[in-house]
Amino acid sequence: MTASDATTEEPLDIAELEEELEIADARQSPWRLTVVRLFRHRLFRWGMFLFGIIIIAGLLAPLLTDADPNKITMRAKFLTPSSSHLFGTDNFGRSLWSRVLWGAQLSLIIGASVVGLNAIFGTLLGAVSGYFRRLDNPLMRMNDALMAFPAILLAIAVTAVLGPSTINVILALSIVYIPRTARIVRASVIVLRELEYVQAAIAAGAGHTRILCRHIMPNALAPLIVQLSFLFAYAVLAEATLSFLGLGAVPPTPTWGNIMAEGRQYMVEAPWIISIPGVALMITVMGLNLLGDGLRDVLDPRLRIQQ
Amino acid sequence: MAGIIVRRLLGALPVLLLVSLITFGLLRLIPGDPSSVIGGPSATAEQLAQIRANLGLDEPLPMQLVHWYEGLLRGDLGRSLLLGQPVVQATFQRLPVTLGLAFYALIITLIAGLASGIIAALRQNTWIDQLSMMTAMLGISVPNFFLGLLGIIFFAVKLGWLPTGGYVPFSQDPWQWFRSVTMPAVSLAMLQMGLLARITRSTMLEVLRQDYIRTARAKGLPGRQVVVKHALANALIPITTIIGIIVSLLISGSVVIELLFSIPGIGQLLTQAVLNRDYPMVQGGLLITTVFLVLVNIFVDILYAFLDPRVRYDSK
Repeated sequence: MTASDATTEEPLDIAELEEELEIADARQSPWRLTVVRLFRHRLFRWGMFLFGIIIIAGLLAPLLTDADPNKITMRAKFLTPSSSHLFGTDNFGRSLWSRVLWGAQLSLIIGASVVGLNAIFGTLLGAVSGYFRRLDNPLMRMNDALMAFPAILLAIAVTAVLGPSTINVILALSIVYIPRTARIVRASVIVLRELEYVQAAIAAGAGHTRILCRHIMPNALAPLIVQLSFLFAYAVLAEATLSFLGLGAVPPTPTWGNIMAEGRQYMVEAPWIISIPGVALMITVMGLNLLGDGLRDVLDPRLRIQQ
Repeated sequence: MAGIIVRRLLGALPVLLLVSLITFGLLRLIPGDPSSVIGGPSATAEQLAQIRANLGLDEPLPMQLVHWYEGLLRGDLGRSLLLGQPVVQATFQRLPVTLGLAFYALIITLIAGLASGIIAALRQNTWIDQLSMMTAMLGISVPNFFLGLLGIIFFAVKLGWLPTGGYVPFSQDPWQWFRSVTMPAVSLAMLQMGLLARITRSTMLEVLRQDYIRTARAKGLPGRQVVVKHALANALIPITTIIGIIVSLLISGSVVIELLFSIPGIGQLLTQAVLNRDYPMVQGGLLITTVFLVLVNIFVDILYAFLDPRVRYDSK
C-alpha cells in the first residue's frame, strides 16, 4: 500500500496562509506552522478524536475496568450490554468491557512496537542503501525479495516458525513491514544525496554520519512520518487478523482478534461479542488512516500544491 | 516489446533466487529442533531421527541447500506431513480456488474502485465526492473478516439470500459457485476498492489539470470525450502499476476470508499447515504463491510498458 492517494485538503487559500504565518511567528520553528496546519485539517482532527478514544481506553484500561478480563462467571454468560456490563459478557461470562479495553492496550503496544522497530531499522536500512551506492543493489534486492511475499502469508509463516506469542507477532510484522519502510526512506535519501547543499557539506569535509544525520535525514522525515502513521494502521489490522486465525497472543490473553474468533460461534445469538471488538478495530484503523491523510496533506507540500 | 519481456523476466531472477533462499532458511530458523516440535514430547529418539531424515535435516546445511534447489528444479518441494501428498500437488489443487476468488474480487475492485474514484474526481468537493471518499475510507478501515462476519449475519442468517459458507467448484455448478463466493469476494474486495478509489481520484484530479485537457475542452470537444479519451486514458497508466499490489493484497486477505467462509483455497491450506506444524507445506505453499505473485508483477510491468510507450526507452 502506498501513501500517495487522495488528498482531502481544501484548495490553498492565500489569506489563510498569511494568517497562519502570523500565528506561527517567523522567529519560531517551522514545526509550529506544521502543528497549526494539522489542527486546521478537519480530517486530521477527526483522526485525533477517534485514535484518542482508543489511546485513552488502552492507557486507562487498568483504571476503567474493575473486572479481571479473564475471570469466568458461568452464571453471567451471554449478558447483553447493560449498565452493569457495559459491553455485555461472552460465552464464559467474562466482561467484554474489560476484555476489549485490555485488548486495546495490547493492540496499541503491538502497533507501537512495530512502528518503533520500523522507525529504527527501516530508516537505518533505507538511509544506508540510499546513501552508499555500493550497498544499494544488494540491500534492495533483499528488500524486493521480502516484499514479494504476500504480507499476511509471510507473517503467518514467520509466526509458524517462531510460535504464537505477542513478541513473535511483533517480530513477524516487523519483518514484513521494515522492507516497505526502508524503500520509502531510500527514495528520499537518493534524491537528497544529489542536492547542492549536501554536495557542499561533502566539499566542506563533513563525514558520512554527519551528512546523513544532520543534512539528509531531517529532510527525509516527512514521508517517513506519513508512512509510519499508515503502518500503525496496517500493523493493528494485521495483528487482529493473525490472532483471529489463532496465531497471535495466546488465549486467554484478550486481543480483539481472538475475542472475535471465539465469538464467531455465537455471532447470531450474541452479536455484540464480535461487533464490539470489530467496531473498536475499525475506529482505531480509521483514526490512524485519517491521521496519516492529514499528515500527508500537511507535511508533503507537493501533494498539497497539486490539490 | 520482446526485449522488454526478456529483460523483465531476467530482472526477476535474483528476486526469485532470494525468495527461494528465504523460504529455505525459514525452516532452519525454528528455535531448537524442528523434529521435536513436529514429533511432540512423546516421540522416541528413532522417531525424531526419522522425522529429521524425512525433512532432510540430518545432512550438513550446504547439502540441504543443494537438495532444496535440486528439488525446485524437478518441481519437488517435499511431502506434506499432514496430507501425506506432495506439497506441489496439494498447492496446485487449492490454488485455482483462491485465484478464482481473488479474480472475482479483483473485478469488483476494478469496477467499483475506478468508477467511484472517477466520479469523485469529476465532482470534486461535492457531496458525491465526499460520499465516495467516505466509503473508501470505510473500506480501508474495516477489517475484511469483520465485514464477512456481518455479511454472514445479515445476508445468510437473517435474510437467507446467500449461504453462510462452503464452496461449490465452478466446474460443478457455476451458479452455485457464484452464490458461494459472492459474499467472500465482496468482503475481500472492500479494502482494495477503497485504495483504488482514492488513488484513481487523485490521479484523475492531476490529469484533469493538465494543459492538454484544457486544450481539448477549448477546441470544443464534448465533455464525455475529454474525460474518457483524454483524461481517463492517461490516468489509467499510473493506476496499472498498483494492480500488482492489489493482487498481492487480495491473496493476503483471502487467508482469513477462506477460513471464515470455509473455502478450500491456499489460505486455508496454509493456516492448517501452520497450526499443525506441517513445515514443508508452509514452505512450499508460501514459495509457490510468491512466485506466482512475482509473475503477476512482471505481467503488470509488461502491460505498463505496452500502455505507455515512454517506458520503453528510458527504463532499464
